[in-house]
Amino acid sequence: MNRREALSSVALLLGGTIVGAEVFLSGCGPADKKYGASLTFTPDDVSFLDEVAETIIPATSTPGAKEAKVGQFMTVIVNDCYEDKDQKIFLDGMKKLNDAAVAKYKKNFVDLADTDKHDFLVALDKEAKDYMSKKKPEDPTHYFRMMKELTLWGYFTSEPGATKALRYVAVPGKYEGCIPYKKGDKAWAT
Amino acid sequence: MPDNVYDAIVIGSGISGGWAAKELTESGLKVLMLERGRNFEHLKDYKSADKNPWDFAHRGRATQAQLQQHPIIARTWGKVEPIMDYWANDVDCPYTEVKPFKWWRSYQLGGRSILWGRQSYRWSDFDFNANAKDGWAIDWPIRYKDIQPWYDHVEKFIGVNGSLEGLQQLPDGHFLPPMELNCVEKDVSARIKEKYNGNRHLIIGRSANLTAPIEGRTQCQFRNRCWEGCPFGAYFSTQSSTLPAAKKTGNLTVRPWSIVTRILYDKDKKKAKGVEILDAENNQTYTYLSKIVFVNASALNSAWVLMNSATDIWPDGLGSSSGELGHNIMDHHYNVGASGLVEGYEDKYYYGRRPNGFYIVRFANLFGDKRDFLRGFGYQGGASREGWSRSVAELSIGAQFKEELTEPGAWTIGMTGFGELLPYHENKITLDKNKKDKWGLPVLAMDAELKDNEKKMRKAIVEEAKAMFESAGIKDVKTWDGGHEIGDGIHEMGTARMGKDPKTSVLNMHNQVWDAKNVFVTDGACMTSSACQNPSLTYMALTARAANYAVSELKKGNI
Repeated sequence: MNRREALSSVALLLGGTIVGAEVFLSGCGPADKKYGASLTFTPDDVSFLDEVAETIIPATSTPGAKEAKVGQFMTVIVNDCYEDKDQKIFLDGMKKLNDAAVAKYKKNFVDLADTDKHDFLVALDKEAKDYMSKKKPEDPTHYFRMMKELTLWGYFTSEPGATKALRYVAVPGKYEGCIPYKKGDKAWAT
Repeated sequence: MPDNVYDAIVIGSGISGGWAAKELTESGLKVLMLERGRNFEHLKDYKSADKNPWDFAHRGRATQAQLQQHPIIARTWGKVEPIMDYWANDVDCPYTEVKPFKWWRSYQLGGRSILWGRQSYRWSDFDFNANAKDGWAIDWPIRYKDIQPWYDHVEKFIGVNGSLEGLQQLPDGHFLPPMELNCVEKDVSARIKEKYNGNRHLIIGRSANLTAPIEGRTQCQFRNRCWEGCPFGAYFSTQSSTLPAAKKTGNLTVRPWSIVTRILYDKDKKKAKGVEILDAENNQTYTYLSKIVFVNASALNSAWVLMNSATDIWPDGLGSSSGELGHNIMDHHYNVGASGLVEGYEDKYYYGRRPNGFYIVRFANLFGDKRDFLRGFGYQGGASREGWSRSVAELSIGAQFKEELTEPGAWTIGMTGFGELLPYHENKITLDKNKKDKWGLPVLAMDAELKDNEKKMRKAIVEEAKAMFESAGIKDVKTWDGGHEIGDGIHEMGTARMGKDPKTSVLNMHNQVWDAKNVFVTDGACMTSSACQNPSLTYMALTARAANYAVSELKKGNI
């Protein structure tokens, strides 16, 4: 029985609550991080989600998802707008994502080099797409589909996303139905 | 005069109630306007209207807590974060669905005039003649000439933008300058016109948004956030338009939190003498007296008020002597149409967010066109370039992916039909006395559905949409029919129809209840057929007409 399993047994005995579990686990080394334990979302959870989001929408000549606080945004939406079953998929997904990174690289996702983060999520994105295209309507959504949707939505509706990556005009004042467009012009934010 | 006595009482403050209040107060009558929900002040209460997208904690998505208060709205596309408080609390105000029914309600001052879609079309004699021509239900007691001056009157006051088209089936009105079709829509319009020999018309929608300022109101700023309430007062609502006019007379009293429980009927005089209300906040009952009562509580609630009135004489309520009160409920059925990709406009874009779309005017069963169903349909839609949300499924992740999403995607075009629904006696609402709302009042039971005529029409809506798009060169045309639960068109009507004969109708040609001539019903309840055009403009015109008639009858001592 390793330390995590031992803790799980203790948790069961105590009715599922492990007070100070993070302190215990912090002794287990970087490859044993436990994300998405609850809807409380710890600062570590938010950083983790920020890293996932930043890998999907990195900073380029315009701000990335981290600067748009997409990690925090995801926790708000999952808490307030998701149904119970989707909250569970999302939380479990955080664990799964990191466990898969640990299995492949022997490192927590957040500690990977940017290129490894990218390659890892490209593969995960492919897995999610394959799953989503084959799943039956009643099957659950893939957790990475949720994370990616939340990232795009959270980023492009954020102030940096809407005003820097896109063009935002709060009060257009008029409508013109036919104006020239050239490649490279940014899309309207709304 | 005691403080509970008025010349006229208006039940409801929405699109038609506001018009009744304006016309009656401007004629010099002292008017009490009763609203069952909260007060809702112009500008001040549009709390979200000036926010940026990122100022919304949930970026526009309704929370689970909001959805739990609004289980009916949760089934519709109205479930968005900024306006959830504008909808009635579905838990406090339940109803019974004998058949599935979506009832979009807004219980606050202004009612659905704040939330409405603003599409404003005149009806024509094809519509007013339809029942008589088909031998269906009963004939309308009025024709286009009876309502035409009132359409003029209403359009001039509220401000409707549109293009003059000279079409018999969609009469032109007093329009502000039209909004613009975008380049794709213009070309699709031209191609459809050519392919169908000038017999099919894709035009810019006619909407009650100001494209030029009118007194006290600024023109549309093209933010396309109308239903949060407009900081510019640029679309018609009670608050932006009729309420200020009524208030200006000094003759208007508004009482929010006033649920009218019944109209008080004087059986000796065969007239109403006022109304009884339940104060929604303190649960006390109050009585208000008047010479005239206008019932503008929305089609279903107006019927509810009548059903609960004068039950000592008519067990099924005031206006039920014909056996038609609560029957013949109609709506417009939609959520059926087509969409596709448009190629060749990659170097074109648009500026601004137009709160309007295109309209394809009815062609079915007109001018020699013959179908296996009665009546017709129009389409509403738009063309636009895809935004960042297009690629969630198609692309991967990373810098290149991001850069791609910062540019607009392909042009797409889509539209849904809006079909006429026939009046069927068996499509009805009744009182469910076994179920009570928060105030202990009986609720409505909805028992209505689409029938064969509408189902056949929906097939044609899909086929014609596909054919028109393909003829216009649209690629990858996909069609859909998402089904329709009655009420979802938010155009419920017909529950107290007008007619020529008290034996088969609830109201006469002036919207007077046959059994109480000083009671006027001028919201959607009064409609004898549904046409396929959005109905609010017609409710406004009928209301103005009836209000002016009521005043003249009052002066003559006839009511």
